Amino acid sequence: MDINIGTLVGQMIAMLVFVWFCMKYIWPPILNAIEERQTQIADGLAAAERGQQSLDQAQTEAGVIVDDARKQATSILDQAHARASEIVADGKTDGVKERERQLSLATAEIEQEANRAREELRGQVSAIAVASAEKILRREIDGRAHEDILSQLAAEL
Amino acid sequence: MASEGGHGTEGSGGYIQHHLQNLQVCKVDDQWVWNDCAGNFWAMNVDSMFFSVFLGLVFLLLFRKVAKNTSAGKPGKFQAFVELVVDFVDSSVKDTFHGKSKLIAPLALTIFMWVFLMNLMDLIPVDLLPGVASLAGIPYLKVVPTTDVNITFGMSLSVFVLIIFFTIKSKGVGGFVRELTMHPIAPPTKGFGLIAAPLIIAFNFILETVSLLAKPLSLSLRLFGNMFAGELIFILIAMIGWYQLPLHFGWAVFHVLIVTLQAFIFMMLTIVYLTLASEEH
Repeated sequence: MDINIGTLVGQMIAMLVFVWFCMKYIWPPILNAIEERQTQIADGLAAAERGQQSLDQAQTEAGVIVDDARKQATSILDQAHARASEIVADGKTDGVKERERQLSLATAEIEQEANRAREELRGQVSAIAVASAEKILRREIDGRAHEDILSQLAAEL
Repeated sequence: MASEGGHGTEGSGGYIQHHLQNLQVCKVDDQWVWNDCAGNFWAMNVDSMFFSVFLGLVFLLLFRKVAKNTSAGKPGKFQAFVELVVDFVDSSVKDTFHGKSKLIAPLALTIFMWVFLMNLMDLIPVDLLPGVASLAGIPYLKVVPTTDVNITFGMSLSVFVLIIFFTIKSKGVGGFVRELTMHPIAPPTKGFGLIAAPLIIAFNFILETVSLLAKPLSLSLRLFGNMFAGELIFILIAMIGWYQLPLHFGWAVFHVLIVTLQAFIFMMLTIVYLTLASEEH
């Protein structure tokens, strides 16, 4: 282990150059990249956490909205049911009324018709009676003299 | 050369000696001389320098490739590895050094990766590269730069210079001198004790100088000693013939730990020394 200046100084110069090169061209870019990536990773993690939070929030909001919609749907359905039964009930009463109206109409018409028939019948009967009486009386009495009695009789029928 | 196991004491001694010999070049009488430089203070260990610079370049090129193509997006596998190392060094620096310095973190990274790669050369079978080199006509080749005390001293002296630079930068020249003389025993400033003040200052100065010089010395000798001992044991294992394989494997596994640990210790102590230098106590 002889000390010799050549190697000693050579090594010192080599070290000087290497350290300078490392300080100038190696250390800064690599460390910058590392630090940049560290911030990127930290940002990414924070973003992921924010995303998770907003997802949770959105999920709760969606739950609320779905609940509301469900409630609304139920109330609409109830309303529809109520309206339907109302309509059915209305229909029923309307039908009953209409039936009664038709019935009374028909009854009135029938009555009218019957009255007219009766009138006609009455006229015809009186005519027949007159005709028959005329035929009978032609032989005996002048019809015109007894006309007042005959009409009075017809009115009484 | 492992197949030549079983040679006598002189043979094995020669084998070890051969493995511990650097490929040297020096100038004798205005002429470049190879391998005849024992004791020449101006010589240069070509093999250590070559592998040291080569491994430093390997580190720089690999990391530069990542740094150039780096992006904050999804990293590739190699980029992830490089960023792992950088992040590890960065957190080590931030745990210890709380000031602002553009130098310390890259310095720590360079030291860690460079020393790690140089130590890692220890895991290459001891005869492989020297054997190939001898075929190419190179008589000596020491492949682990950190088993060369010049390399470790070169690094620790650079750190030493930085320690003094950081001290002066944060406390001024006066602060540096005060740190060497007014510490750990504060000299009295008035009364009779004033007579003893020069003595105390001298005492402080000796103590603090020793502790200051001990920093680079221990830094380099720790790394050198660990790696040299590990290398020596690899060489010894390589001499015992075929039975070396399980032993070699076991020691290599253990050595992986030492390789990493020593690189980490060198880096950590550098950070600690520079932190101490730039902080007030």
